[in-house]
Amino acid sequence: MKILVCISQVPDTSTKVVLKDNSTTIENAGVSYIINPYDEWYALIRAIELKESGIASDVDLVTVGKANTEPVIRKALALGGDKAIRIDAESTDPYLTAVYIAEYAKSMDYDLILCGKESIDYNNGSVGSMLAELLDMDYIGFATEIKIEGNTAVVKREIEGGEETDSCKFPLVISCQKGVAEARIANMRGIMAARTRPLTVITPTVDDALTSILSYELPPAKAGVRLIDPADMDELVELLHAEAKVI
Amino acid sequence: MNDIETVKALKGGEFLIRETAADSVFIPEEWNEEQQMIAETCVNFLAQHVKPNLNRIDEQEEGLMSHLMDEAGALGLLGVSVPEEYGGFGKDFKTSMLVTEKLGAGNSFSVAFSAHSGIGTLPILYYGNDAQKQKYIPKLASGELKGAYCLTEPSSGSDANSGKARARLSEDGTHYLITGQKMWITNAGFADVFTVFAKIDDDENLSAFIVEKDFEGITLNAEEHKMGIKGSSTRQVFFNDCKVPVENLLSDRQNGFKIAVNILNIGRMKLGGGTVGASKEVISQAVHYANEREQFGRAISKYGAIKYKLAQQAILTYASESAVYRASQNMEEATEMLVASGLDETNAKLKGTEQFAIEAAIIKVHSSETLDYVVDEGVQIYGGMGYSAEAPMDRAYRDSRINRIFEGTNEINRMLTVDMMLKRALKGDLDLMGPAQKVAGELMSIPDFGAAEEGNLFGKEKKYIANFKKAILMVAGGAVQKLMAQLGKEQEVLMNLADMLIELYVSESLQLRVEKLVSMRGEDSCKEQLDIMRVYINDAAEKIAKAGKEALNYFAEGDEKKMMLMGLKRYTKTEDINSTQARRNIAAKLIAENKYCF
Repeated sequence: MKILVCISQVPDTSTKVVLKDNSTTIENAGVSYIINPYDEWYALIRAIELKESGIASDVDLVTVGKANTEPVIRKALALGGDKAIRIDAESTDPYLTAVYIAEYAKSMDYDLILCGKESIDYNNGSVGSMLAELLDMDYIGFATEIKIEGNTAVVKREIEGGEETDSCKFPLVISCQKGVAEARIANMRGIMAARTRPLTVITPTVDDALTSILSYELPPAKAGVRLIDPADMDELVELLHAEAKVI
Repeated sequence: MNDIETVKALKGGEFLIRETAADSVFIPEEWNEEQQMIAETCVNFLAQHVKPNLNRIDEQEEGLMSHLMDEAGALGLLGVSVPEEYGGFGKDFKTSMLVTEKLGAGNSFSVAFSAHSGIGTLPILYYGNDAQKQKYIPKLASGELKGAYCLTEPSSGSDANSGKARARLSEDGTHYLITGQKMWITNAGFADVFTVFAKIDDDENLSAFIVEKDFEGITLNAEEHKMGIKGSSTRQVFFNDCKVPVENLLSDRQNGFKIAVNILNIGRMKLGGGTVGASKEVISQAVHYANEREQFGRAISKYGAIKYKLAQQAILTYASESAVYRASQNMEEATEMLVASGLDETNAKLKGTEQFAIEAAIIKVHSSETLDYVVDEGVQIYGGMGYSAEAPMDRAYRDSRINRIFEGTNEINRMLTVDMMLKRALKGDLDLMGPAQKVAGELMSIPDFGAAEEGNLFGKEKKYIANFKKAILMVAGGAVQKLMAQLGKEQEVLMNLADMLIELYVSESLQLRVEKLVSMRGEDSCKEQLDIMRVYINDAAEKIAKAGKEALNYFAEGDEKKMMLMGLKRYTKTEDINSTQARRNIAAKLIAENKYCF
């Protein structure tokens, strides 16, 4: 079984986002980048587990990004994976990202494509489903558990108030969230091997983004927490009513 | 300063008489991608396995520390600098220092880690024969075996060669029988392999042995109750006719003291890395708390008194770190040069390390005292919570204190700094006489009031540092002349001289680091680092002046004393800087980043 894992580079969660150019661009300087946690902790690690257990023969990684994403790709390779492909383009439009990946993946005969349920920067959560459509593959979103039984994936996913279990034959795209695997720490062997694992750069041939970003806004600053004496319920009710206007 | 030569490859101790080119030093801003990944693995390991369990670790929960060592071993962190042929990853000394630094934020775990991978592994790796290395090193590198080091005895601490432990050959000649008592043995509770120092029969010098815990005749005392690093296993180990196969003698008979000293040199430098890592962690916690804690309606990080502390913590830590990595690189280069000249790698490593023993002692003292300052002010910034065992400062404060004691007390290391410098001069390895005479001549001539080199961003600091060297050569030269053979016994003077050398080495390392950083990133991106450098070097000038004055007031007299005091003043003179504003700038960056960020 051949697996492709989609990896996205996102700013570290502790990054203070600074906007520039009239709030149309995010300042890059001083931002440190990580692998999108949903891609790393769940999609990638589950793929590595499947390889370790002999179910998968190949685990490839793909990302859409410029050269500055390569450190993050090698970080992913340090965790595992046989080779990586970087599609040399910006990835702000989810449709275009899916088109790029599909363009690469269509001739590669992947049985299973795994991605995170969303990237924690743009939060679109739609690359996986679009990719499935473009590749004419089935799709299961928001998986919390992935088991392989022969040529079928048995996938648990969260639904409102509960859980459902799906079964689907390959080829298949699955977006992953918490529960699919446990986060791992890259070990010395993997870190040293990352350098020698192939990283191929592909230039995409299409460019028909469906969306473009007009501007960004930062969320309003959080107000400080106010502590009310438990004995003073009247004050609490009054504040919730008059100030917070929630009751 | 034309009278001090600039060299590319500095030999140990030469910083006192030569100038170093900034582009030849290694600075931590140069870590490559792989090294950054290794650092991240260490940080993640602490976050996942150590930080959530600090209380359990300090309670010495049965099996926990040993398990954590296994986890670290599974990630490869115990074999970073062990050669690949012995199951390690063959990384250079700097990389293993980086690992030590990052894991240095792990309180008691970092002590267990350092003891295992340093004094627990290195004696066998550096001094073992191939059979010994094949037998023990791969398992130590993987964590399957845990290592410990038995040198100290109840009556022999700093004076290590006076130990009472004895070894004698068994009648059939197959075993040594070791008898003796060793104390303060880190990792004793779970170690599988001990490097034990004992004298064979009535030898003058120690020998070293590889002792497995299952050899007959070993017993352990209960765990010591300690002020800090409570999670680290520390026990007395008793050897009662402990049967050690003759093939487990490490290196040659009577070579043990040399082994002990050399391993300590590495240990001292590594302690520098570990304490820098701990300092950074405490600063991050302190900044975070200062940003959260409000008094009089504002976060306490907005108050100048707190800003001063945060800035000062960062200044000392950044300075210490500069020295740690400068010396690490120098040691590595010295080793490479020795290998290139035909020496085998093990001996090259030892000689390379030995050459930088002065720097190792300096780093040990400076970094441990920096951490003590950082944790002390950390408690203060936390206020009442700093004194509560619920906040992290209580543990950090207690855990820090041992660093000024183990790996040679800071007093021993200060004396060693001066002693080694003078011994090298006497042996002709280090030409102190020439430069010292030059300074003496300069004292008699008209003072050089020349301004610093125009247009050089570092002109002033370079001039100050050149002058610090003259101040030290003058005071040390005077001390040698006046006190002669007595100098070794005048410990207060030795302390003064050591303090001057420490401030010089750290000032210069810091200046070179910032100069190189500016050449890499440009002046505008290094404003805070420039402030750090200026404040540190200005303060260093005062410390050097004070120490020098104390020494001169003790041993010099009359006109000569007057002249030397005037010379000292001249050589420690700096232009006034607005250090309050500089510290505010440094603190502002820390506060904005909400963590240690340099």
